[in-house]
Amino acid sequence: MKKTGFLIASLAATLFASTAFADVAVKLGVLNDRSGVYSDLAGEGSVVAAQMAVEDYKAADKGITVEIISADHQNKPDIASNIARQWYDQDGVDVILDVPTSSAALAVAEITREKNKVFMNSGGGTSDLTGKACSPNTIHWTYDSWQLAHGTASAIVANGGKSWFFVTADYAFGQAMERDASEVVKEGGGEVLGSVRHPFPGTDFSSYLLQAQSSGAQVVAFANAGGDTVNSVKQASEFGLAQSGQQLAGLLVFVNDVHSLGLQTAQGLMLTESFYWDLNDETRAWSARFEEKMKKKPSMVQAGVYASVLHYLKAVEALGDKDPTKVLAKMKEMPTDDILFGKGMIRADGRKIHQSYLFKVKKPEESKGEWDLYDLVSTIPAEQSFRPLDQGGCSLVK
Amino acid sequence: MTALTETNGATMVVERGNGSMPRYQIAIFLALLALSLAAPFFLYPVFLMKVMCFALFACALNLLLGFGGLLSFGHAAFFGSAAYVSAHAAKVWGLTPEVAIILGTLAAVVLGFVIGLLAIRRQGIYFAMVTLAFAQMVYFAALQAPFTGGEDGIQNVPRGDLFGAISMSSDLSLYFVVLVITFGGLLAIYRIIHSPFGQVLKAIRENEPRAISLGYRVNSYKLAVFILSAGFAGLAGATKAIVFQLASLTDVYWSMSGEVVLMVLLGGMGTVFGPLVGAAVIVTMQNYLASFGAWVTIIQGCIFVVSVMLFREGIVGVIAKLIRRPL
Amino acid sequence: MFELLGIPPQALFGQLLLGLINGAFYAILSLGLAIIFGLLNIINFAHGAQYMLGALASWVLLNYFGINYWWALLLAPIVVGILGVILERLLISRLYHLDHLYGLLLTFGLALIIQGLARNEYGISGLPYTIPSQLSGGQNLGFMFLPNYRGWVVVASLVVCLTTWFVIEKTRLGAYLRAATENPTLVGAFGINVPRMITLTYGFGIALAAFAGVLAAPIYSVNPNMGADLIIVVFAVVVIGGMGSILGSIVTGFGLGVIEGLTRVFYPEGSSVVIFVIMAIVLLVKPAGLFGRTA
Repeated sequence: MKKTGFLIASLAATLFASTAFADVAVKLGVLNDRSGVYSDLAGEGSVVAAQMAVEDYKAADKGITVEIISADHQNKPDIASNIARQWYDQDGVDVILDVPTSSAALAVAEITREKNKVFMNSGGGTSDLTGKACSPNTIHWTYDSWQLAHGTASAIVANGGKSWFFVTADYAFGQAMERDASEVVKEGGGEVLGSVRHPFPGTDFSSYLLQAQSSGAQVVAFANAGGDTVNSVKQASEFGLAQSGQQLAGLLVFVNDVHSLGLQTAQGLMLTESFYWDLNDETRAWSARFEEKMKKKPSMVQAGVYASVLHYLKAVEALGDKDPTKVLAKMKEMPTDDILFGKGMIRADGRKIHQSYLFKVKKPEESKGEWDLYDLVSTIPAEQSFRPLDQGGCSLVK
Repeated sequence: MTALTETNGATMVVERGNGSMPRYQIAIFLALLALSLAAPFFLYPVFLMKVMCFALFACALNLLLGFGGLLSFGHAAFFGSAAYVSAHAAKVWGLTPEVAIILGTLAAVVLGFVIGLLAIRRQGIYFAMVTLAFAQMVYFAALQAPFTGGEDGIQNVPRGDLFGAISMSSDLSLYFVVLVITFGGLLAIYRIIHSPFGQVLKAIRENEPRAISLGYRVNSYKLAVFILSAGFAGLAGATKAIVFQLASLTDVYWSMSGEVVLMVLLGGMGTVFGPLVGAAVIVTMQNYLASFGAWVTIIQGCIFVVSVMLFREGIVGVIAKLIRRPL
Repeated sequence: MFELLGIPPQALFGQLLLGLINGAFYAILSLGLAIIFGLLNIINFAHGAQYMLGALASWVLLNYFGINYWWALLLAPIVVGILGVILERLLISRLYHLDHLYGLLLTFGLALIIQGLARNEYGISGLPYTIPSQLSGGQNLGFMFLPNYRGWVVVASLVVCLTTWFVIEKTRLGAYLRAATENPTLVGAFGINVPRMITLTYGFGIALAAFAGVLAAPIYSVNPNMGADLIIVVFAVVVIGGMGSILGSIVTGFGLGVIEGLTRVFYPEGSSVVIFVIMAIVLLVKPAGLFGRTA
């Protein structure tokens, strides 16, 4: 199949092939934000990524019929759990994919466990998914809050950023990120000069930024997400935090956030991601194909959907069966290998392990294109990227 | 002055006596009951339970809005806080579902008392704004209080065993429990509307100064109906938390308050059956349009505008006018 | 960490100033609400959406027409104001003979539609709008670094608010307006076209909201929901101030901004509820609001 093959053509091919020798028919449900803050980083792009995976895997030729459906959970746990329940009960969905927003991800994880299906999360951030809320049915593919907070904090501390101030969204997720990052700072010999909790969601961060500024900390870290991060970075640039010599660090920032902030505002921001389109020839080639369909570069979340679908299809093919228990076992048994995340594995607690990257946002004059946003600062090896297996408090780990 | 004068056309025909339910209304109730008994065998029970919870919620608001003439834009506060309390009771304290639901309802009653006491000091649109603002306060409390789980909400609430004996894990058995709660709630609201208390409420709605001059302690009546309405909203919220095994911020957010107002408006303010119809329409719409994202909001907005501009009696109100009988 | 009273006075000044900036938005918005309410007897729930439209309009003007911030400051309120006039003529004006609550419900529905459409068209992640070059940078005031733009926000909103106050309280046009608020029939009998005045007043109130939106665009992210939560806070501001006087709504707006700003220093977790707490207290002590007349 040509790399630029049309989607419809490929689906038709799928259908055509299926009539010939379909052994297994699987139904994948992409459940994510299609209208809200995360619709750029997940949204329709995740559906496209899943379709690309089915295409690239040539599932139809291998006797696997794949149907992909999608829905908008509006980042609300109640809507997510409703749809998940209905998908499993009524629509015969086998796998739920993506699910950004931690609260929604946790809700879907519970229902997936109850119904014994497969949940491959890419968009959700909370490390609880493989920690105290872990489930044999959950695979957490792309990133988590522990990884990002640790990656960013340890690298900055190692580079000499010893005194920190946190601007934290006042809810469980923000506090968890602050806690994780503070630990790293202290372990690395740094100190936390202070933190301020802002209401969530917030619009005006000037007061907190002023406190951050007057604290004299070398590093100001934003333990918030989505629109809050965008706003706080924007206002930090207005109040000249970076000009007065403070390093800004985003504990949960995605490439789409940086793109929408613009380099002028976001320059110098440090952050961690699991994937960036401009890593190597293969990621560039894949991202170009993605861009053709979506008119924008993929986020790590969309890349994660692609890779997780590939891995799932491999397991189904190997088994010739889609029984969730068997497939999950197989997926954890096989090492993972794909062009976007490289070689890796899935741990007993459901955590997918791969390397991650510390980036620094480019200055406007260094950028060569609309999406040329990051400089790679360092690569964090896979074994250091994620929380050690025994520290998550997951009941599946004996 | 707080009267929603336009609905009067429909409610003027309302029964004069306070006696028993007219025969055709009994027939409607029975038909509804029969329909609900058969429905779960044809439709997805979880969806039906959602409809019922919202129907009860809408009826609770209608008690206040349609019969008390008070527009609360903050009823999500009661719905949501009851959901949180019952979820917490079932999950953390390990109580049986019926006790959890009762506790949730009581929480809503207490909250209704506190907010009601302050809110009834203002009238008309001020009343609406005040309730909205208080609900937003409850929302922030829910966002930050340790036991509510912030934006995760309280998830994975056990459905438990009714009376500690009957397992609720199957959707169908839970369905019938929800059915009993909803119908119980509806009948109770019906009784309240048609009691002497309800008649005084209508008098206050139509002409508050006159009710005062007749010697009624208007504020006590308003407070009482506010608390009752909060309590039924709480009953709906608490039940919903058990059904969906989840209490979340959506339940206390202002858009939820707006949605329930929309249900009442669309179905018909001040009618007995209107809120049921309104809830069924809106929930069904949300269910089938879920994948269209923002369009749900836009359509809801359009329904608001159309209802206000052309259709102030609501669906049931129009039918009632046609058949010249109160519904 | 900050101690409760261990805050150096300089930092406190800084926070007071920030509170004032925040209050500037409350003041313009509650002023618009007060004017509309005064004449139309309608609580304009769509005010937050119209504020958002102002911000969005300035973004559209810049990105599609290359019109800069200063022209947007003038054009966006006019465009959104005209939209307001159309809405008033087509919809709101048909509700005057009904209970005021219908006006609230109608504008609530309009708010949903406007926000939903904006979300469909422009997404929700926030559109970037840079500070105009004349106002970038900032002043070091000794106790804080004040971005020029924030200073401009306070000045601009004060000028707009006070001009509005002056027009309404001290000019002939304002006198007609106030008279029509009291007794529209009588004013009509003097040959003044009251319905047109009402329409224009609504348009002006909306234009104020849009003006606040343009002011907000460079500092807050331009997104479809930017006004949704704000409007509820402004409602609380309005309840606290009471709808009695134009000046009252301005003073309450700025005052509450400052109080909220101080809460952010002493107890940041409570900053989102402090206005509602004050509202509860005011309702207990003075149900008609600080500047309100009892109905």
